[in-house]
Amino acid sequence: MTMTSTVKAPEPTVPPARRRDTRRPSRFGPGAGKQLQGGPFAYIALAVVGIGSLLPLYWTLVAASHTQDEVLATTPPFLPGGRLLHNLDAAWNQAHLGKAIVNSFLVAGCITAATLFFCTLAGYAFAKMRFRGRGALMTGVIATLTIPPQLSVVPLFMMMSDIGWGGQLESVIFPTLVSAFGVFFMRQYLSEALPYELVEAAKIDGANNFRIVRSVVLPVARPAMMVLGMLTFVQAWNDFFWPYLALNQQNPTLQVALGQLSASYTPDQSIVMAGALISTLPLLVVFVIFGKRIVGGIMSGAVKG
Amino acid sequence: MATSTPTPDAYAPPPGGSPHASARSGRQTWRSRLWRFDDKASPYAYIAPFFLVFGAFGLYPLLYTGWIALHRVEMTGLNQMEWAGWDNFDEILHDAEFWTAVTNTFLIGVMSTVPQLLVALGLAHLLNYRLRASTFWRTVVLTPYATSVASAALVFALVFRADGGLLNWVLHFAGLGDTNWANGHWTSKIAISVIVIWRWTGYNALIYLAAMQAVPADLYEAASLDGASRWQQFRKVTIPSLRPTILFTIVISTIGSMQLFGEPLLLEGGRLGATGGNENQYETLSLYLYNYGWNLGHLGPAAAVAWAMLALLLIIAAVNRLIGRFVRTSAV
Repeated sequence: MTMTSTVKAPEPTVPPARRRDTRRPSRFGPGAGKQLQGGPFAYIALAVVGIGSLLPLYWTLVAASHTQDEVLATTPPFLPGGRLLHNLDAAWNQAHLGKAIVNSFLVAGCITAATLFFCTLAGYAFAKMRFRGRGALMTGVIATLTIPPQLSVVPLFMMMSDIGWGGQLESVIFPTLVSAFGVFFMRQYLSEALPYELVEAAKIDGANNFRIVRSVVLPVARPAMMVLGMLTFVQAWNDFFWPYLALNQQNPTLQVALGQLSASYTPDQSIVMAGALISTLPLLVVFVIFGKRIVGGIMSGAVKG
Repeated sequence: MATSTPTPDAYAPPPGGSPHASARSGRQTWRSRLWRFDDKASPYAYIAPFFLVFGAFGLYPLLYTGWIALHRVEMTGLNQMEWAGWDNFDEILHDAEFWTAVTNTFLIGVMSTVPQLLVALGLAHLLNYRLRASTFWRTVVLTPYATSVASAALVFALVFRADGGLLNWVLHFAGLGDTNWANGHWTSKIAISVIVIWRWTGYNALIYLAAMQAVPADLYEAASLDGASRWQQFRKVTIPSLRPTILFTIVISTIGSMQLFGEPLLLEGGRLGATGGNENQYETLSLYLYNYGWNLGHLGPAAAVAWAMLALLLIIAAVNRLIGRFVRTSAV
């Protein structure tokens, strides 16, 4: 549609905004998007993507509820079968899954709690306090986001064995007690959501800094902490690389146990899938319950990134 | 974010710190000093945990890696470090497998990042329409993000299996021949890219969606008044407005693709997984590092690989900068 020459100038008497309403509405932008319904094409395309997103998860369930022979047969099954409990039981016994679940909750729980506490404090400091070197230090925090863990695993492994944490959960928990993303996320949130007057008022009332944090900052930060908590938990729960190197067969997290289960000599694929189901299910439940908040969190964290 | 000097007048002075305070009792001065100390030290105390943890478990090991790379250290005797000079670097740089891993990492990185971001852009555009149950769609699209590398890789390993794999069954059904996905040089890279794309497309789509919703509506109004078609608006308004975000996702995805580990490790599992296939056809740098250090037990060369990754990362960062400058200066 090249009609640039014909429709160029609107009559000066009609304000552009109102003029637009009389024509076909624009299909873009936030304002426009609010007016325009997605057509059938949008729904079909989204349905295709949605099925693509969910199909592998469904296939996990199907494979976990049949025997391996059935799953790998020339015509694979498409509906869940009746062997789910048997396979879950087998996975549970073959891969220390009971211990792994406890470990995963411990690791992800500790990391989440510590991240929330430290990142809220640091985020508050960077958002609302003035101190020498603030800009440079914040730049430093963001710069650390770009350093992959691969670069430091060899000495980390040696250090951990040195201080007696080799194969222990501490070796997985301590390096991730705080996160640069968390500091950044809380800073962005608090610099907008926390009115400076509130901090000032508390100061005039004679509250010291820690008291301000407890009774002013934390209540304001709570919604962002919820989101950061969920994102951190998901990440800690799913982390694979360092835990796989640091932990051993006797003391794994779920992901490590799953990796080891599949690395055994002749893994039964159905049992492996049962393990995958166990390791994914807790998060899927969290997702179904808090999906909206997590979506909102990723979007709000990203828009200022 | 410049390294700004602090402006002291941003704060109301603490009550005890007023000029009259010095004339009052000693207790008051003590209190005022405490106040001032609290005010000065608190910010540093609040940010200290981050820098302590990062220093101890991030920066120090990163530098120490360079030192280890110059030594001979074995998994069997972690305390015995023997000076080796440049031997470790010599060893990996003359290892054909290392260069295969570099090429693979690069190829898989491109093959997973480019389609992923393109699809994410289109998906974000769809999600930006007014939709029934829009939260539902957003959540569904994000679901793979909740899956771990391990479970995702294992399910897709089943899908891409040579015999009894779901994909081959579909291909067979469509009258196409079977493919031994993990065995082929390109097919194995495709398989790994699919896992990455599956897990991260929805995540990136939501990042783009957020940026799209921040584009001012008048830009579109102006464009449509000028008679721009939908496609023209998308190209001339949406994409330029999203540029910083797109650059951001490119950087994040590039760093992510440098780290690919679980996907290739678990595609076939077992012995083949650790070496990235029988011809290292899908061995990535992380996998190479793992194989050297944790499978063969030579930590010196593994540390050298880590520093080679650092060098690659710096090169990528430089290229990104150049692209960023080019994107910024070139006309729309």
